[in-house]
This record gives sequence, structure tokens and C-alpha cells, in this order.
Amino acid sequence: MRLVLPNPGLDERILSYEDLERMEKEEAGDRPKWDNKAQYILTCVGFCIGIGNVWRFPYLCQSHGGGAFLIPYLILLVLEGLPLLLLEFAIGQRLRNGSVGVWRAIHPYLTGIGIASMLVSLLIGLYYNTLIAWIMWYLFNSFQSPLPWAQCPLNENATEFVSECQRSSTVDYYYYRVTLNSTASIEDSGGIHWPVVVCLLAAWTVIFICYIRGISTSGKAVYVTAILPYIVLAIFLIRGLTLKGAMSGIKFLFTPDVDELMNPTTWLDAGAQVFYAFSLAWGGLISFSSYNPVHNNCVQDAVILSAITGLTSIYAATVTYTIIGFRATEKYDDCMSDNIMTLLNAFGLPEDSINTSNFEAAYKYLYTIYPDIVPGLDIKNCDMQKLLSEGVEGTGLAFIVFTEAITKMPGSPAWSILFFIMLCCLGISTLFGNIEGVVVPLKDLNILPRKWPQEAVTGVTCLVGFIISLLFAQRSGIYWVTLFDNFAGSVPLLTIGLFEMIAVVYIYGIDRFNKDLEFMVGKKPCIFWQISWMFISPVIVLVILIFYLVTQAQKELTYLVWDPNSESFPTMASVPYPSWINAVIFLLAGIPSLAVPLYALCRLVYVCCKKKRKSSEETSHIFD
Amino acid sequence: MLYSQGEMLEKILLLFCLSSALAENLCRPDASNGYKVRLSIKRALGDEAYVWNQDEMFLFRATLAFAMRNHLSGQDFQVSNILVCDETPRVSFWFIVTSPLDATRPVGKEDVEEAIRKSRSRINSAFLLTDQTLEFIGIIPTLAAPVSPDTPPWLIVFGVVMGSVGAGIIVLLVYPVVHKRLKKDEEEEELEEEEGEEETRRVKTMENGAAGDGAHNLSFTDDERFTQM
Repeated sequence: MRLVLPNPGLDERILSYEDLERMEKEEAGDRPKWDNKAQYILTCVGFCIGIGNVWRFPYLCQSHGGGAFLIPYLILLVLEGLPLLLLEFAIGQRLRNGSVGVWRAIHPYLTGIGIASMLVSLLIGLYYNTLIAWIMWYLFNSFQSPLPWAQCPLNENATEFVSECQRSSTVDYYYYRVTLNSTASIEDSGGIHWPVVVCLLAAWTVIFICYIRGISTSGKAVYVTAILPYIVLAIFLIRGLTLKGAMSGIKFLFTPDVDELMNPTTWLDAGAQVFYAFSLAWGGLISFSSYNPVHNNCVQDAVILSAITGLTSIYAATVTYTIIGFRATEKYDDCMSDNIMTLLNAFGLPEDSINTSNFEAAYKYLYTIYPDIVPGLDIKNCDMQKLLSEGVEGTGLAFIVFTEAITKMPGSPAWSILFFIMLCCLGISTLFGNIEGVVVPLKDLNILPRKWPQEAVTGVTCLVGFIISLLFAQRSGIYWVTLFDNFAGSVPLLTIGLFEMIAVVYIYGIDRFNKDLEFMVGKKPCIFWQISWMFISPVIVLVILIFYLVTQAQKELTYLVWDPNSESFPTMASVPYPSWINAVIFLLAGIPSLAVPLYALCRLVYVCCKKKRKSSEETSHIFD
Repeated sequence: MLYSQGEMLEKILLLFCLSSALAENLCRPDASNGYKVRLSIKRALGDEAYVWNQDEMFLFRATLAFAMRNHLSGQDFQVSNILVCDETPRVSFWFIVTSPLDATRPVGKEDVEEAIRKSRSRINSAFLLTDQTLEFIGIIPTLAAPVSPDTPPWLIVFGVVMGSVGAGIIVLLVYPVVHKRLKKDEEEEELEEEEGEEETRRVKTMENGAAGDGAHNLSFTDDERFTQM
């Protein structure tokens, strides 16, 4: 007998096996269904594989010891990601409900988990769609040659380039000034920047049409949005490998540094990345698997999905680093030829006399002859390692590093269009899961009436989402996106994941869960699953959560700003957050995390009050 | 007479020496009216680079004389008015322009700069070089304005995308309504056909006229009985 909390009334709230069999045979019920298994798998793959696989995993991999990072990543994938994934699949398939319905069926006091999932999906969806809006802006602007981020605009006198562009670079200027028109701090709102509004409208409209009839439309859209990125990545891989310097990028990525394995942050980052990579605790996966037939083999699905996610991360990282290696090599060559020119011009030497191979020797020779002139020359330090590790994470990777690399490739508009279409597809397919995790709980909680057709529900959600995401259309929008990314998409997910595991194992009951899996799949889950669900995965998530909270509490909250007037320009300046940010952070991270205990408490109070009122009514009835 | 001739010769020689010395003094590095030129032939042309020799230098001086003539029309600049000095293997040198009317007087810096700016592309193409590979130190090349079409291309793409998405939404929203209406029409037609058949049957059994009607309204009468409770 395992440790299980008493849970009376559970059998009344969930469908029994006989009911499930009957529903399966008669195909009764008005629940949507997948057209075929491929749609389901592609939707889950699209949901899990997002923009983060392209721009977060490669950075983590490279900064935490290259090839050695794969070890903690794969270990935690198996110990943390896989069990939670199967848990969400199985519970959704068994209880045949969205996230709120599932947790409400397990115990009404646990509805808070569903509400928390919905809030998290909403907050993440808002800023994620803003990223897609920016990607769309770049996509729309890729249909011209030369690309607009390849050139600086002239100033008023037309004598030289605009100073901000001159001091930084064309791609930096295009991103921070033309696309975002960013202010110098989060407090300075700066008003609405209308190109972003237009692109936000486009992004939300595309999501609306793809999800207009729920999974019956999005299930068809995923054939494109889930498969196209793989094709584009293959094209980029072939192109990337033929570029000069690609191998130096790949070597840089995969060179193992085994010492990094001793560093606890490596393991923490790997664990967090696995969590976010699988889109766990968003509620979308539970919804998606609830549309499956009852006897679908969810164990097999979980293993397949984990394998695909892991392999795709490595695949995308390889492609990314061929391009990064190419760009770094180009910049290194430019830097070296600048230095060579400086030396040639200063001493009037013939052009061929110095090249990259004899530069060091020539420099030393000239230094000995002219020790007073040489140090005064502006000889830059060309550091290949520094160039390889520059700005390779997040929006910086896509909008600065990659766009710069693309301008140096022949036929740049085509490559740019391909790249941004791929990012668009990756983002949109993740948003399907997101919007599923928002719309279905809204219907379950009766916030949106059940009578409304799916089109109206989706329309209202998209409209409200568009209006709220106008927050990110301000000129300080990029700082808000970073804020949301750091806080809405971190702690709440970990806490929800933890609650989910505790709820299923100790409140639903691991024995009952095993029996369900045996009923659905035909085999009882083996001892690996049992131990991971009961001990290993909850402990890992708890450890990550505690360490994360501890490190965050100790750090002073700062953020990077693009400030042309700062001294460190063109590097972004690190500036502390204003004090009112703490309230925003509490709203973003605290409310979803605390939704579970808060809801339970509120319900307890409500039930007690109702009981008291009922008993007083009864007593007054007796005396009547 | 002989003495005066000798003296004349000496004077002429002296003047000549002085003028050439002056000319040499006019052209020197960091001359106030001179410019430094730097050519990067190998960088521009790679394998097809030509060797820089005195003939090329002659071409340069001739091109520059052309530029000065072009700018200051009326003044007949000659190759000899372009003085060159401080040549280096880098292929860089200083030059100074003297006035055709007085070989000792250099032409002002502004005029030289204007002349070069005006004819920059001609000078560049004479040497198969560009603004970046044929540098006049101190004369900033006028930058080519970035190409900007009248309608921003992104607006066109955005219009296409939004137009197709909007059309798609309208189709998806309207289609089921139209489909339902079509089906309803079909069903009504079928019902009318059935009614028609029933009527022909009813006409045959018209003796039970009321009952025939009752065959249709039976359900209603039943309901009335039940609802009275």
C-alpha cells in the first residue's frame, strides 16, 4: 500500500473503464478527435520544438562545456522530462479533459493547478507572439535586395552615416532603432511603435485562422508548420557546411570541457532547459492527449517525442553553429585585414608584404624598429574565441548574428526568407499548444460560455491577447519581453510541474495510475517509471526550483539596455530595474505559482461558509 | 656684352634652380595645399593587378590635370602643374597642384578638393579602382544613398499575407452557414416531395379528411393532452 492521501468521491468524478470502452465503441461524446495519429504526433512535436531549440539550446550547449553538456542534458531528459511527459499524456488520455478538468476531476481543491497552467500559458503566449511579430517584420522585409539591414541610412547632410549606426553596426541599428525604436530604459515607455502593432495584428490573425476551429484546423496547419522547419534546417545545414569557417563553429560548439560537469549551474541549466523544451506544465499536452482514443499507446508516444526533441535540439545546434562559425571567421578576416592595412599604411610598405600568416612576425619586427610609432597605431585584438561567443543567445542570435551572417552569403534575400519562415513556423506551432492551454481551461471554468462556437471563443481570446500584447508594442517593449521571458516562463512552470507530480502520485494514487496505464496500453509501467514518478523527478524539480530561487534572491535585479548615450555603447549597458518592477515580477511569477494553494484556500473558506449557512438554514427550517 | 650674357645665363640658371627648388619645396609631406593619395591596387584587382610605374604616375597626373580643368574652366592645367613627391612602395604619395599662370603658386586646397569630388568617378575608372581603393586622404567620398523604393516592399508582402488570411477567415466562417442553408433547402425540398406523396395518398383517402389532417397533427394533440397536467 503506497502512501496516498484520502480522496473520497474520486470514482464519481471520473469516467469508469466501462464508460470509456462504451464511448470508444459508440464514438459518442462531442469531444474533438484527431484525424490520425500523425496529426497528433506532429502537433506535439511542433509544440515542443520551438524557437528556444534554435536560440537557447545551442547557447547553453556551447557555454557549458560544449559536447560535455550533452551528458547532463540527456540524463535529465530521461530522468525528468520523460516521466513528466508520460504523466501528462496518460492523465489526459485517461480523464479525457483539458488541464482544469483533469485536476478538478482528481480533486476539486486541485483546480488551482489548472488555473496556474492557464495563467502561465497566457503570459507566455503574449510575449511569444510578440517574438513572432518581430520575426514576421523581418520576414516581410526580406523580400528586397539589398536587405535593409545591410546598409546604414545617411544623416541629414548626407556626408556620413547616422552616428548610432556608425558606432554600432547595421544589423544592431536595424534591430534596435528601425524595428523596435527602443528607449533607454523600461520606465521610459516612449509611446507605441506602429510597425510592431501592424506585425502583432498579423501574428494574432494568423494564429486565429489556424486555430479557428480548434484542432480540426490546427491539425491541418501542423503538416506545414511542424515539417517545414526540418526541411529548412537541412537546407541551411548543407549551405552552412559549405561556408568558410563552418567547421570552426562546430568545433567550438562540441569541444567538450569535462570540468564544466563539476559546476552545479550546468546541471541546473540542463534541467531547466529540458523542462522548457518539453513545454511541460503548460496544460497543452494534457489537452492534446485527451483527444486521443483511449487505447492509444502513450508510453510509446512519450519515448518517441523525447527522442525527437533531443535529436532536434542537437541538429538545430549544429546548423546554428555552422552559421555562427562562418560569421566569426568573416569578422576575424575583416579584423585581420584592417590591422594589416593599418601597418601597411603607416609605414608605406608594399601591399603583399604582410598577410595573415606573417602578421605577428612583421608586427614584432616593426615594433623593434619603431617602438614609438607602433603602439600609437590602432591595432585591434582579433580574438576568434570572442567572436564565436558573441551575442549567440535569444533574440541576439536571430536578429543580429544570423542576419549579419546572411548578408554576407550570396543570394541573401532567399536565405533570409527561408530562415524567418522557419522561425515563424517554429513559433506558430508552439503557439497552437499555448492557445489550447488557454482556451480549453477558459471553457472549463465557464469564463467563456460553453454554448459559444469554437470560432467565437478563439476570436475573443485572440482579440484580448492582441490588446494586452500592445504592451510590447511600446518602444520599451523589448525590455518587457525579456522580463516576461525571465520570470513568467521559469519559476511558475517548475512549481506547477512539482504539484502535478505530487497530485497524480499521492492524491490520485500511483496504484490507480498504474492500473489506468495497464487498461489503456495493455502493460503495467515498469519499475523505472514508478521510481521516477515517486521520487526522482519530483526531487530533481524541487532541487532546481530551490537553487533557482536562492540564486535569484541573491542577485541584484538588472537588465541590459540599448543606450546610445551610455559609455559602453555599442555593448548593452547593465542597469538596475526600478523598484516597481518587483510588483510586476510578483504578478508574473508569484500569482501562477501561488494559484494552487490560493485556490485551495478559497475553496475551503467557501465550502465552510456554505456548510455553516446550510446548517443554520436547516436549524431555522426545523423551528419553522 | 659678354659679361651681361654670362650674367644673364647665371641669373637664368639661378632662377631655374630656385624655381625647381621652390617647386620641390612646394611638394612635401604634410604640405598645407597638398593631398596624400593611397592606392590599393592588389586589393581591388587581385590577380589582374597592374604594376605601378612612372607611366601610371603620368596617367595620374594627367587625370588630375583633367579634373582641375574640368572644375576651373578657362585655366589650362598641364601635367607639369601636378607635382608629386614622397612616393612609397605602398603606392602612396603626396601631390600638389600649381597654377598654370604661376608655377610657384599652389592652387588652394578647397579648389583641389572640389575638382576631385566632381570628377571622382572619372579618376576612379581611369585606374579601375573605387572610392575605397583609391583614397584621397582628407577628401571623404560622397556616400551612395541607400536604395529605398517608393512603396516599402514589406507593406506589399504584409498586404498579401493579411489579404489571403482575411479571405481564408471569411471563407471558413461563411462556408458552414452557407452549407447548412443549402442542406436545409435540400431537406425542405425532400420534405415537400414527401408531403406531396402523402397528399396524393390523402386525396385517395379523403373520406377521412379530418383523420388525414389528424395524421399530421396527431403529435400535437398528444402533447396537448400531456401538458394540461
